[in-house]
Amino acid sequence: MASEHLVKSFDEELEKLNAWISEMGGLAEAQLRMALDAIGRRDTELAQRVISGDARVDRLEKDVAQQVVRLLALRQPMAIDLRAIVSALKISSDIERIADYAANLAKRSLVLSQMQPMRSTGGIERLGRLVLELLKDTFDSFANSDIEKARAVWLRDEEVDDMYTSMFRELLTYMMEDPRNITPCTHLLFMAKNIERIGDHATNIAELIHFKVTGKEMAEERPKGDRANYAKVEAV
Amino acid sequence: MTDMRTATAAASAPPLSMTDAVPKIRGRGVGVFYGAKQALFDVDLDIMRNQVTALIGPSGCGKSTFLRCINRMNDVIDVCRVTGEILLDDENIYDPKVDVVQLRAKVGMVFQKPNPFPKSIYENVAYGPRIHGLARTKEELDEIVQSSLKRAGLIKEVHDRLDQPGTGLSGGQQQRLCIARAIAVSPEVILMDEPCSALDPIATATIEELIDELRQNFTIVIVTHSMQQAARVSQRTAFFHLGNIVEVGDTEQIFTNPREERTQAYITGRFG
Repeated sequence: MASEHLVKSFDEELEKLNAWISEMGGLAEAQLRMALDAIGRRDTELAQRVISGDARVDRLEKDVAQQVVRLLALRQPMAIDLRAIVSALKISSDIERIADYAANLAKRSLVLSQMQPMRSTGGIERLGRLVLELLKDTFDSFANSDIEKARAVWLRDEEVDDMYTSMFRELLTYMMEDPRNITPCTHLLFMAKNIERIGDHATNIAELIHFKVTGKEMAEERPKGDRANYAKVEAV
Repeated sequence: MTDMRTATAAASAPPLSMTDAVPKIRGRGVGVFYGAKQALFDVDLDIMRNQVTALIGPSGCGKSTFLRCINRMNDVIDVCRVTGEILLDDENIYDPKVDVVQLRAKVGMVFQKPNPFPKSIYENVAYGPRIHGLARTKEELDEIVQSSLKRAGLIKEVHDRLDQPGTGLSGGQQQRLCIARAIAVSPEVILMDEPCSALDPIATATIEELIDELRQNFTIVIVTHSMQQAARVSQRTAFFHLGNIVEVGDTEQIFTNPREERTQAYITGRFG
């Protein structure tokens, strides 16, 4: 990162903005982790905590937006500062969506815990842990302006897509095996999709970190592994 | 009331992409010495036709010195010596054969502080065309005065008091009068040395809008301390530091993603 501004209060304001983003990132990561624990342990109390915890992330997103407008109006930032401020705004809305998905996972876990346990729940957890790892790397790369790490996250989204596509097929198969599976499997399908979307937001953030640091878009096309849109399972 | 057209209109004229740009002025290895002290070192800079080029940099960086080389204003300083060459349409303006008076008719200048002559509004504008013999009759001269005031966006405000002293106008109006005076001799290039630094924001916006209109017909070089102004009015920006040119490029690129660390430090307020 560049050296300090002549006007110290500008540095303080930028640091505050970064601190809020880091806090949001930490919260979203914790929300996802707790949601996954709630799913695995069928822990309704924990799920409730995740649901109510979402408000804090929403609040921070509003604070970030306010601070960004303020900085744009009062500091008229240029170059790296402008990119940092604009990307903070976009990153905060990505994180807010991530936390929404975590809350949605928690809500669905409440429904699932009232039903018979499903084998696929384990798959959801595995997918979730992979995305959790990506999220952690994303926020680490934000904190350290580490574009190599951001790039690695961006590339690893393919793994998430692959895992999601295979879950999709698996759940379709269960539903065809026994129509009583349809309700829990539909919930699991939505959960898998939510987690896959969290991965997409993580790659968005990785792209924004790259833009913030270098001023350039991530060059090449990212490999797309999500083929669930086209997946179908032949009738047995 | 001043015309409230704001600087947003400055973005309305179609931006010339770098591929269309043709150099009007080419500075090659320009050096300037004030006595033994060197103020400018080996500057290469192209100024594109029908574009606004902004020169930015901290005080003493050489931006005004370079600007003043373009119409040989530095000639009036005894101890000043210029090396290298500045080509205006392929002609070296430092060639001994060049008539400096003719050069300054081609390359007009507007200064930081509005400096109308202590004469009427009409005479302020008529002065240049008269000494350069651009009008044969009174009617032709009237026509030049009228059209220059119109192009400078001042005619509506002064049409009924052309005989009043130019010094009686507001600061912003005086500056537009100086612009009218500069364009009355049909220059090809207009140099502006911080033309808005003595003006309020509304008068500044009016001048910025005017600059954007003028570039259809003129090539403009502006020195400004306001980075926001450089960003608003120019298509190309050159950053000077310690008598050297550090970076020159499309204004958008300079202010969003400068290549040089020093440019970034300066435009983001991290200098020193």
